Amino acid sequence: MSARLASRFLKERAAGRKLFVPFLTAGDRGLSFTRRAVLRLAGLGVDAIELGVPFSDPLADGKAIQASSQRALQRGTTLTGILKLIKQLRRDTNVPLLLMGYLNPFLHPTPLHNIAAAARAGADGFIVPDLPPEEAHDWIRQCRAWDVDTIFLATPTSTPQRLQAIARLSTGYIYYVSVTGTTGTRQHLPTDLQAAVGRIRQVSPLPVLVGFGISNPEQAGRTARAADGVIVGSALVKTLAGRVTDAQALGKLSKLAGAMLKAVKKR
Amino acid sequence: MASNHSGWFGAYGGCFAPEVLVPAVEELKAAYRQARRDRAFRRELDENLRNYAGRPTPLDFAARLTKAWAGARVFLKREDLNHTGSHKLNNCLGQILLARRMGKRRIIAETGAGQHGVAAATVCARFGLPCRVYMGTEDMQRQALNVHRMRLLGAEVVAVDSGSRTLKDAMNEAIRDWITNVRTTYYLLGSVAGFDPYPTLVRDFQTVIGRETRRQILQRAGRLPDAVVACVGGGSNAIGIFSAFIRDKRVRLIGVEAGGLGLASGRHAAPLQRGRVGVLHGSRSYIMQDQHGQILSTHSIAAGLDYPGVGPELSHLKDSGRAWFTAINDDQALAAQKEMSCQEGIIPALESAHAVAYARKLARDLGKGKIMVINVSGRGDKDLKPGDPA
Repeated sequence: MSARLASRFLKERAAGRKLFVPFLTAGDRGLSFTRRAVLRLAGLGVDAIELGVPFSDPLADGKAIQASSQRALQRGTTLTGILKLIKQLRRDTNVPLLLMGYLNPFLHPTPLHNIAAAARAGADGFIVPDLPPEEAHDWIRQCRAWDVDTIFLATPTSTPQRLQAIARLSTGYIYYVSVTGTTGTRQHLPTDLQAAVGRIRQVSPLPVLVGFGISNPEQAGRTARAADGVIVGSALVKTLAGRVTDAQALGKLSKLAGAMLKAVKKR
Repeated sequence: MASNHSGWFGAYGGCFAPEVLVPAVEELKAAYRQARRDRAFRRELDENLRNYAGRPTPLDFAARLTKAWAGARVFLKREDLNHTGSHKLNNCLGQILLARRMGKRRIIAETGAGQHGVAAATVCARFGLPCRVYMGTEDMQRQALNVHRMRLLGAEVVAVDSGSRTLKDAMNEAIRDWITNVRTTYYLLGSVAGFDPYPTLVRDFQTVIGRETRRQILQRAGRLPDAVVACVGGGSNAIGIFSAFIRDKRVRLIGVEAGGLGLASGRHAAPLQRGRVGVLHGSRSYIMQDQHGQILSTHSIAAGLDYPGVGPELSHLKDSGRAWFTAINDDQALAAQKEMSCQEGIIPALESAHAVAYARKLARDLGKGKIMVINVSGRGDKDLKPGDPA
């Protein structure tokens, strides 16, 4: 596991606290906004940040992250630019940073080039929703060589055999997608969460973080109690949309993230 | 034929699907493995192809085109005469029987030109299953007749307004639906693209085109053709007719991509000629993308070819040199549609007209005494709008 992620998670676990990991699309409102947002979230005390690498065809995402990816691409966001940003951020923060994105942008010029560049920049891991374990052998090998985490997604449809493979190949944490569906906020959360998380814990010692659908602090707190922590994307990304100034967007983002963090950390 | 047990065709293919879909994909693979060995399944499919689709479709000698082009003898594989007006029904019949076998009660599909959407709506009507078809708003406008047909057949047509509002975006939306309703829903994919097993599954259900053509040309001409020409969008009609000739090394296999406003203009849909290798919609193949791996907008007058990807097996056939690919521009396709209509009394779809346009050049290059087959993958009624000058 990446040292930054490991020390953070161990510390929280020792204190009996749950984990809160926000997601932002890198380059939404521009990369310099992303820089300010990351520093603000890190300042709040989030446990890690997932930075979305925007893709033109985000087929597992709902409307909010589709729109956010589009906004980022319209501003000319590229993986190279995102890695440059991470390198800069590393002068100011130690918050674990995970790159989350679809496979195709990571293939150019080559996967190895990008994995190495990400590691050198100070990224801690990758989450690639359209790269299932079966197709990930070379990817994992190269990530291990550069000591960046490979976080695989588990879902309600994953069979016991698949859960084992996901557990075996994941480092850092396991991302449990709590619903069958695309990303996006939901009114109701699944009721069988505890059982699902229990099935993953049987096969993996890693923290199980639950994502997809969490829309408010109350849901975040409740979900965190059923697992090791939560990941929130769409609800936060929505605060960046629309005709508001960067300062207003940053205010809305940190207010919501702060409230969620508090709900998650409350014992 | 390329080995494809794991869904790979040489360096192309694979199953780059989100985790939530992988178990459903595995279930589909297992069901298909069983079905293809099951005599009752094959019998039911054959019966439907014969009595419902009207197969075999004719292999027609095009006497006037042969004369006008003053070269090779031209034969037309008449997939436009298949029920619903294109080859798409072959695949839909196969997959609907599979869906029924799997106990799936809800069918979704994507469509570009609307030919696959119509075929999907048709089999859903015949087997009494609800059908939802995703279609880009740009395509709904230019293929309005097919939208009407789908609705008449009882399907729900969902307008997709994201991205380039064409086939690529319809497919994104269909995949999102499947992710959401994966437990109950069967995704009836229309081309040889997408994640494993679709490229294999759809290919297998389309090989009937090639098998018939081979038998028919041997009967009619006493020998194999010198060339087989088909248009390539995702590639299902091409792989369907090519498959029966892949081992016959002397038969030239030619795929015609959409040249749009010209390959040099960048406004085209020719990933095999101008694309680079990447992963789109779950398989590794040639795709149209920028240097950062973002998918590019494509352009073709033929909605069914207006797609930035291509089936992985075709990418493999390109690299191995077994098939050769070229492009025909919008204006050439329009001219070919008109020429074939006047010369043979057959109005080909604009997609198929790309193959016809290239065949015109090829006829002369091959010369007299040679034989070629054009796959007329669909009929062109859908392309006609009231008020257009003929």
